[in-house]
Amino acid sequence: MNKNLPKWVDLGLIPLLTLALAFAVSGLVVLSIGQDPIEVVKVMIQGAFNPFGIGHTLYFTTNFIFTGLAVAVAFHARLFNIGGEGQAGLAGVGVAIVMLSYDWPHWSIALVVGVMAAMAFGAAWAAIPAYLQAKRGSHIVITTIMFNLIATALIGYLLVGPMQAEGSLPESPGFPAAAALPSMHVILGWFGIEFDKFAPANISFFLALIAALLVWILIWKTRLGYEMRAFGHSEKAAVYAGISPMKITMIAMLISGALSGMMAVNTVQGEAERLVLGAVEGAGFIGIAVALMGRSHPVGVLLAAFLFGILTQGGAELQFSLGIPAQMITVIQALIIMFTGSLENLVRIPMEKIFIRAGKGAS
Amino acid sequence: MSSEENNAGRLDAVAPAIELIGISKAFGPVQANKDISMTVAKGAIHGIVGENGAGKSTLMSILYGFYKADSGSVKINGVPTTINDSHDAIAAGIGMVHQHFMLVDNFTVLENVILGAEEGATLGPSLRKARKELKRLADEYELDVDPDALIEDISVGFQQRVEILKALYRQAEILILDEPTGVLTPDEADHLFRILRNLKDQGKTIVIITHKLREIMDVTDSVSVMRRGEMTKTIATNTTSPEDLAEAMVGRRVLLEVNKKPVEVGETVMQVKGLSVTDVHGVMRLKDVSFELKRGEILGIAGVAGNGQSELLEVIAGIGAATSGEVLMHGEAIDVSKHANAELRRHRGISHVPEDRHQRGLVMPFMTWENTAFGYHNEPEYSGKFGLANQKYMKKDAREKMERFDIRPPIPQLVASHFSGGNQQKIVLAREIERNPDVLLIGQPTRGVDIGAIEFIHQQIVNLRDAGKAILLVSVELDEIQALSDRILVMFDGVIQGERLPENTNEGELGLLMAGVDPEAKQ
Repeated sequence: MNKNLPKWVDLGLIPLLTLALAFAVSGLVVLSIGQDPIEVVKVMIQGAFNPFGIGHTLYFTTNFIFTGLAVAVAFHARLFNIGGEGQAGLAGVGVAIVMLSYDWPHWSIALVVGVMAAMAFGAAWAAIPAYLQAKRGSHIVITTIMFNLIATALIGYLLVGPMQAEGSLPESPGFPAAAALPSMHVILGWFGIEFDKFAPANISFFLALIAALLVWILIWKTRLGYEMRAFGHSEKAAVYAGISPMKITMIAMLISGALSGMMAVNTVQGEAERLVLGAVEGAGFIGIAVALMGRSHPVGVLLAAFLFGILTQGGAELQFSLGIPAQMITVIQALIIMFTGSLENLVRIPMEKIFIRAGKGAS
Repeated sequence: MSSEENNAGRLDAVAPAIELIGISKAFGPVQANKDISMTVAKGAIHGIVGENGAGKSTLMSILYGFYKADSGSVKINGVPTTINDSHDAIAAGIGMVHQHFMLVDNFTVLENVILGAEEGATLGPSLRKARKELKRLADEYELDVDPDALIEDISVGFQQRVEILKALYRQAEILILDEPTGVLTPDEADHLFRILRNLKDQGKTIVIITHKLREIMDVTDSVSVMRRGEMTKTIATNTTSPEDLAEAMVGRRVLLEVNKKPVEVGETVMQVKGLSVTDVHGVMRLKDVSFELKRGEILGIAGVAGNGQSELLEVIAGIGAATSGEVLMHGEAIDVSKHANAELRRHRGISHVPEDRHQRGLVMPFMTWENTAFGYHNEPEYSGKFGLANQKYMKKDAREKMERFDIRPPIPQLVASHFSGGNQQKIVLAREIERNPDVLLIGQPTRGVDIGAIEFIHQQIVNLRDAGKAILLVSVELDEIQALSDRILVMFDGVIQGERLPENTNEGELGLLMAGVDPEAKQ
C-alpha cells in the first residue's frame, strides 16, 4: 500500500495499533456506564472462547467470512456491494426451496444442492443491480440498498404466505432430517476431537476457508482477477486493454452475490434447518466492515471476520452475565469500524514519520 | 551558486526581486531541492529549465507558499520574507499562473478575477472596480478579454490571460508561469511572449518554468538549469545555446535532432474514410476525416490539444465509437461502432500507445510484469490453464523487455507509479512495439518525458518505420511532429485543415493551420 513503509508495519502494526486505539476508546465508554473495562474484556474473551462460546464464535465468523469476501471481491473491481444482506436473505429462500422440494437422502447431496441454490439465488439477487449499473449507470450503492429492502419485504411475504409452515409463526417447515449438515461436533468427532454438541458451527466453516483460498486465487492468480483489478484501478485503462466494463461489472457482482449467498448454507441449512425471519441478522453489513478492515485481502478478511465473530459472541455474553445492553457491543463495533476505516491516519501518519525517519537514518 | 552575472546587464543597485538562499526540500527519501540559491533581478525575465522531476515546480511552489522548505530563506526585494501560504505570497506581490488553470468554468472572466479578492458583502462594488481595472490592464498589456464571457466558452489562450489578469489584479509585481505554452498554438505563444515583454517593460519580474529550450532563448534574459534537485547553472541567455542548456539539463551531450533515413513508402495499410464522431453532448468532435496510411511512413497529426486528434486515435484503437465513416485495414473494414473491442484491434495488427499513459496505457498500481502484458494478457503465451495467468512467463517477459528498452530500475516487481515519466512511457512502448504491429498508433509519445528518454523513444519510432511499419503519430509538440513525420496532417476543430510535407513547410505555416487559417486560401 505504502511505498515507504515496511510491509509488517503497513499490514501488521498499523491495524493492531488502530485496533488498540479503538479498544481504548471503547474502554472509556464502558467506564462511563459504570463498568470495569478489564472485567468486560475478561467476560468477552471467556464468552467467546469457552467450550460453548467458541462454537458460536466460529459460527458467526463463518457468516462474516462469506459476506466479507463478497464485499472484498466487488471492491477489487471498484464496486461497492452493500447488498450482502439481501443477497444472503434471498439465498436462504433458495436453500429452503430446494431443501423442501425433495426428501434428500444424505447430507452430502443436500450440501451440494444447498450450495448451488445459495450461490444461484445470491448471485441472481446481485445480478439486477449489477445489470442496472453496467447498462444504465444506476449507482450500485443505491440499488443494492433498495434490493436489501425489497428482499426483506419479499421474505416476510413468503414466510407468512406461500412458504409458511402450519401454525402461526412466520417460518418455513423444517428441512428433511437426513439433509442436516454435520456440525462441528460431528466433524471434529471424526478426528477424535471433543467439541460442544450444541454449538451451531458446522461444516460451512470449512467451506468458508476454502472460499477464502479460491478468492485469493481468483484475484491474484487468474486472468479474470487481473481484469477485475485493472478495471477497479482505472476503467479507462480497462477499455484500452479491451476489457469490457459491462462484463466485469456483471461477473464481479455475480461472484460477490454468490459469496454472500453462501452464508445461507451456514445459517439456514446448517443451523436453523428451516427458513426464519431475519436469518441474516446484519451479517451482510458487518461484511463491509470486515472487508474494509481486512483491506479486501482474503487473509485480512479471515482475521477481521474472526475478530467480529469474537465481538458478536463475547457481546452476547456481556449482556447475559453483566447485564450490559447489546447496543454496547454495537458501539464497540462502530468504534472499530470508525478507527480502522476512517481514522486510520491517526496512526498511519505518526508511523510514517517514525519509520521513514528511521529508514533515512539507516541509509 | 548565486551570481551577479544573471542580473543580465542591469547594473543598478536595486535589490533583486527574488533571492532564494540555500533552499532544501525533501519528500520522504526524495530530495526535491538541494541547497538552491537563485537571484532574479527586478524587471528581468528569468527562465528555469530542467527535466521532469528536476525540482523546478517544487522550487516555485515553495516560493508561492504551497510547500514549506526544510531549510533556507527567501528575500523579496531585499526584505527577508516568510511565505507560509499563497496569501503571504500574494501579499509579497507574487502571482502564479499554474500549468493547469485554477479557474471556475461556469463563472465569467470578471467573477473569476475577483474570486478570493471580493470586498464587502455584495459583489456589485468589487465587480465594478474589477471591470475598470481590467479595461486599464487590457489597454496597457495587450491583455484584452471579454470580461463577461464564461470561462468554458473561451479558448485556453484566453483562459491563460485571465490567470495573468488575476495575478495583476492582485497587484503582483513578480509573476511565475509554470509551463505556460504547453496548451497554446505557436501564435498564442507569441502573443503571450509579447504580453510578458510588455510586463517586463513596466518593471514587473517574470519567472518562467519550461522544458522548451527555444522559448528560453526567445524570451528570457537569464536562465537557471536544474538537474536532480540541484541548480547546475545560472547564466545570461545571450551567452548560451540550446545545446549547452540541454547538456546541463541531462548531464551529457544530447542529440536534439532525429537521425532518419529518407522515406521508402510501401502499399497502403490503413484507409480512413469520412470518419465523424459526435460526443455525448452532441458536439461534433471529428468531422468527415479521411486519409491513408502507408507502410514505412510516419504520418504526423499536428494540432492544438482538443481538436479531434484524441477522438481519431480512440476510434481507430477501438476505444471510442464513430458516428459515421469507416476504417479499412488491408482493405477490410474494422468495427468502429460502440461494440468495437480494443483486444480485437490488436489481433488485426494495430497497436496503440495512448496519449494518457497514467489513465489508459498503464495501470499505475500494477507491477511492471503485469503492465507489460496489459491488453495482451489473454494471448496464449501469457495464459495458463483454467483461466490462470502464466505469471512465470509474464515476469520473464517483463525482465527481457526492461533490458531491451533500458527501463530503469529494471525490477519487474516495481509498480508503475514508482517509475519516472520516461521509464513509464518505455514500458508502454516496449509492450506495443514488441508485438510487431502493422500499424502503431502513438499519442504524445514524449509528454512528460525527460530529454534523455525522448531521444531513445524517437529512435524506436523511427526504427519501427524503417522496418516497414506504418505509424500514426499524434503530438501537440510541433517540434516533434516536424522532426519525426514523413507527412503532416494538421487538425483544427475536428477537420483536417491541411496536409504538408515537412520539407516544404515551416512552423509559421503549420501554426496558422493549427489556428484554423488556411494560408493558401488567403492568397
